[in-house]
Amino acid sequence: MKPYSLWSLVRNGISYDKDWQQAWRSPEPKKHYDVVIIGGGGHGLATAYYLARECGVRNVAVIEKGWLGGGNTGRNTTIVRSNYLLDESAGIYEHAMKLWEGLSQELNYNVMFSQRGLLHLAHSVHDMQEIGRRGNAIHLNGIDSEFLNPQQIKKMLPIINLNCRYPVMGGLLQRRGGTARHDAVAWGYARGADDMGVDIIQNCAVEGFDIQNGEVKGVRTSKGLIGAGKVGCVVAGHSSVLAEMAGFRMPLESVPLQALVSEPVKPVIDCVVMSNGIHVYVSQSDKGELVVGAGSDAYISYSQRGSFDQIEHVVGPLVELFPLFSRLRMLRQWGGIVDVTTDRSPILSKTPVKNLFINCGWGTGGFKCTPGSGHLFAHSIAQGEMHEKAAPFSIDRFNTGALIDEGAAAAVAH
Amino acid sequence: MLLIECPWCGQRDQTEFSAHGEAHIARPTETATLNDEQWGNYVFFRSNSKGLHYERWTHDFGCRRWFNAVRDTVSDQFLVTYKPGEPAPDAKQLTQQLSDATSGTAKVSGV
Repeated sequence: MKPYSLWSLVRNGISYDKDWQQAWRSPEPKKHYDVVIIGGGGHGLATAYYLARECGVRNVAVIEKGWLGGGNTGRNTTIVRSNYLLDESAGIYEHAMKLWEGLSQELNYNVMFSQRGLLHLAHSVHDMQEIGRRGNAIHLNGIDSEFLNPQQIKKMLPIINLNCRYPVMGGLLQRRGGTARHDAVAWGYARGADDMGVDIIQNCAVEGFDIQNGEVKGVRTSKGLIGAGKVGCVVAGHSSVLAEMAGFRMPLESVPLQALVSEPVKPVIDCVVMSNGIHVYVSQSDKGELVVGAGSDAYISYSQRGSFDQIEHVVGPLVELFPLFSRLRMLRQWGGIVDVTTDRSPILSKTPVKNLFINCGWGTGGFKCTPGSGHLFAHSIAQGEMHEKAAPFSIDRFNTGALIDEGAAAAVAH
Repeated sequence: MLLIECPWCGQRDQTEFSAHGEAHIARPTETATLNDEQWGNYVFFRSNSKGLHYERWTHDFGCRRWFNAVRDTVSDQFLVTYKPGEPAPDAKQLTQQLSDATSGTAKVSGV
């Protein structure tokens, strides 16, 4: 693989961009791989990348039903943060944040990671208590968090309407939070993994598992049986469907989550703004569009469409907070299917089937942890035992009762 | 979705209703003898079906009564709604109804 550089830009510019290498191959599947990763989204590709890069496991395939990053990786609001309440969460999300901070260099691919700051607003006494408790917990875990009063918020965001229907009483700021270019994360990991010999097989749907004596031996796909020493299942909304194929159930519900994007405008907000209390989150992309996250529906669905009233529920508070935006037209709106756990924390776990590992349950906030999730999952698969930072996120917690309740920090109401 | 057939009020707008997860999950009777695994399975583990899903709804901004529904989670189409206590409709028959509906040979009852 030829690295991307300023020099390669100039050289390819001179040759009218005709000589760029393809970023990854499209191979036919081999008969057998040491590890098969199901799901070619950010988390699956990151898992394959770190398996090859750090664990020395290079006979790896990533199989994807559609196209790379075409699921929730391409549908999220690109927000990155690590401001969670509990120690286990701080461990995994901050692990991801540290990987984000060197990711473009590591991958030789510009993921446009921008630590522009992330501001959680509080609109009530209860909100203030929640950010107070969480902000201090984050601080004690060695992660940056600052409290802002309304005047400081106004200085940071001159266009905000502090005296909206539920007046802004304060905010919790993580300056290292921000956004990244979601597609580039999938493409960067895919390119890096492919370069180390990982086969990325798109348009290849999983139809079942080959399980013998309680141990997974392969994956039945639309391109035939693919033998596997170990299998990692990283399929977000469809995790329960794959678990059913393998003969067990998951503590998950898959629901639609929507987002929308406005027409592009000149820079108006230079940080990510989130509000749990009135439920809106918004940032401005580098192209100038406002990226707005809506709430999730309460009913199970695999339709990749949400209900219309959710759009009204997010646009109302958005316009109340930023009256300036009332004149903007929304250009696109879409839905993704997110797999939500009861405690709003992910599942990285072994399963009842030997050598079948599962990474799911990221719910409404998986993008931020893409590097950390892939990194810890790769090490866990390679070792055959869950990494110590991933171990608390086992499926077993739903039977032992050791839940990791991040209902408040998860931000999206569901 | 958009219109939902309340078994008491008839067709009403979706925004009048709220969804409350999987239906027909009976609370275990021998609670004193259940172990952690059985409790966890009852409280947290769900079918999360892709396809037919039996689920509970309430008509919050209407009669405020609970009812059950069978919905196709791929198309969000309601196949049938029924009152609590009534037996769950046969899945095989509903699957047939759904495939007839998608192939255009029959009209789906309900909404």
